[in-house]
Amino acid sequence: MWKFIVRRIIIMFPQLVLLSMIVFILAQLMPGDVTSSLAMDPNVSPEQQEQIREDLGLNEPWHTQYLNWVGSVVQGDFGHSFTHSVPVSDLIWHRMVNSIWLGVAALIFVYMLALPLGLISGRWNDTIADRLITGYTYIGFAAPLFIFALVMLFIFGFQLGWFPTGGSVDPGLTGWDFFTSKVYHLLLPALSLALIGTVTTVQYLRSEVIETKQKEFISTARAKGVPEPKVYTNHIFRNSLLPIAAVFGYEVTTLIGGSIFVEQIFSYPGMGQLFLESIQVRDFPVVTAIVMLFGVAAILGALLSDIIMSIVDPRIRIK
Amino acid sequence: MSDRSLLEIDNVQTSFRVGDSYYAAVDGVSLNVERNEVLAIVGESGSGKSALAFSIMGLHNSHKTKIEGSIRLNGKDVNHLSTSELNKVRGKDMGMIFQEPLTALNPLKTIKDQITEALDLHTNFSAKQQNERALHLLNEVGIPRADKVMNQYPHELSGGMRQRVVIAIAISCDPSLLIADEPTTALDATIQSQILDLLNELKEEKDSGIILITHDLGVVAEMADRVAVMYAGQVVELADVMSLFKQPKHPYTRSLLSSVPSTQDEKDMLHVIQGVVPSLPKMPRTGCRFKARIPWMADDTHEENPELREVADGHYVRCTCYKHFYFPEEEAEKDVAAHRE
Ligand SMILES: Nc1ncnc2c1ncn2[C@@H]1O[C@H](COP(=O)(O)OP(=O)(O)OP(=O)(O)O)[C@@H](O)[C@H]1O
Ligand code: SF4
Ligand SMILES: [Mg+2]
Repeated sequence: MWKFIVRRIIIMFPQLVLLSMIVFILAQLMPGDVTSSLAMDPNVSPEQQEQIREDLGLNEPWHTQYLNWVGSVVQGDFGHSFTHSVPVSDLIWHRMVNSIWLGVAALIFVYMLALPLGLISGRWNDTIADRLITGYTYIGFAAPLFIFALVMLFIFGFQLGWFPTGGSVDPGLTGWDFFTSKVYHLLLPALSLALIGTVTTVQYLRSEVIETKQKEFISTARAKGVPEPKVYTNHIFRNSLLPIAAVFGYEVTTLIGGSIFVEQIFSYPGMGQLFLESIQVRDFPVVTAIVMLFGVAAILGALLSDIIMSIVDPRIRIK
Repeated sequence: MSDRSLLEIDNVQTSFRVGDSYYAAVDGVSLNVERNEVLAIVGESGSGKSALAFSIMGLHNSHKTKIEGSIRLNGKDVNHLSTSELNKVRGKDMGMIFQEPLTALNPLKTIKDQITEALDLHTNFSAKQQNERALHLLNEVGIPRADKVMNQYPHELSGGMRQRVVIAIAISCDPSLLIADEPTTALDATIQSQILDLLNELKEEKDSGIILITHDLGVVAEMADRVAVMYAGQVVELADVMSLFKQPKHPYTRSLLSSVPSTQDEKDMLHVIQGVVPSLPKMPRTGCRFKARIPWMADDTHEENPELREVADGHYVRCTCYKHFYFPEEEAEKDVAAHRE
């Protein structure tokens, strides 16, 4: 198991390098750099401008620039925001905390929904319950998240008034009240994300259960005289849940993508919202930093799912 | 019914639902097995051997399968038990060994857990006793370093070792009936004979009966007391192993045995039994289902509803078919000549 995990972590490095290169190239392609604003300034002569470029290392060959950039990124330095004139990292930090809250809440909802729904529709496949659940997953696949989130916001936020319609916390709270207010603000966006995001896992789990049902070791269990409910809990469900860990990484990626829309619609101050804002005002250092962080989160999600697999699956654990 | 009698299968018909209709994969099979007896069931792929075995164990999906007839184990009709009552019988009074040892064990459970699961259900053993019994069983089926294997997972064992574990599970509660569905097809020759020896020993020791399903006539010759030949869901010939090998009667049996007929002409006849068992929906349900595979016989010589008849002591053959074939040692020769006219 340790060997597997170490190997898996080593594989992560080339992934990170590749990601950083892509993000770097993306940043290079974006129009303008720090000196662009200076060009407008009549007090700065073209010579001075050139001097600044030189000082910032912008005239170095690309690989040196890349290494410099990676060096600062590793230290958490993503440069300065064009529009907010603060370091990008300061800007991102508390947004990131909010997004992590939202992501974790959404993940919890995803599995709270996916496990019972997937297991029920797999166990009783082709019954009415299964048809309803499968019907829901098809709707989930077809419905665009931002429209669904808007509908949720409209119904539960504005019409019924059950949930707040924006922000991540009420101002001026501390301690326990702060926490509950946070959770309260999270619920609706997280639920909207999860209701759509969960359908992949539901379908995956369903087909996994149906497939496991046909396995020969299930006949072995029945031939032993294992009662039917136990055949399901001890053999079929256990064995079907395992591959679910494999799609965990995929689920994380979907949620990140989804959070961009959902945060925007619920005016939730997270990274997704900042991302869209920054694109609108062409604050490219911020955009680059967020793309980088999303990428890292996706890579970590995949890593985590493989590590979970290696712990629960004896075929990987014992090698 | 002799007091040695263990299993009596009477007119069993197992039908699978395909679309809206049911098709019989086992069609009116009657067989019996005694204690300390090995009944072999042979027949080509699709002839319904596994379907019969699964019917006895009650392993078919009840929503898609209909099983008619009675299956009496020690006098109790297991075909008409509720699932929970059946669960008290299977694993305890009857056990099954499956064809594919690589997939017959749960990959996520230790060997120990998979054996004690049965003991936990059918005995009053304490956890400690269960472990001791599991260890004993592993030794009994010839697994070296059994104490280590107890805590291993299936993927850590070879195919032969896994099949031994499957056998250990099947015999864990000393069942009186053991059904082995092609237990050695997936294994190589030396391991195959070890497993067969093991089954033989167990049979002698526990005085249990074995149904051995196989394609391999070598295995039949070595193991079986009696043999049932199945074709298209029916038993076409049933005899003790000596009679069957020495005097196979049904042309299907003869073609399975690839017996060499005495003249070139007859050889052609026997060896044109080609093709495969028809799929369930395509199976002819009226008249003889074997007809299509011996096209050289005139239509009016076939029987309308061939039945299994006793033609010698304990030797049963379906229909009179065999009489239309050339057997040098019998007067059937004349018959053939007569029918050729
Ligand atoms: N669950 C099922 N549903 C529908 N048809 C089935 C099912 N199981 C078996 N059959 C069909 O029943 C017939 C008999 O199958 P069975 O598996 O009993 O054959 P077999 O004699 O065991 O063959 P093999 O030697 O290949 O194991 C085949 O035509 C098969 O396709
Ligand atoms: S002779 Fe009898 S057993 Fe042979 S094919 Fe005809 S009807 Fe069937
Ligand atoms: Mg079979």
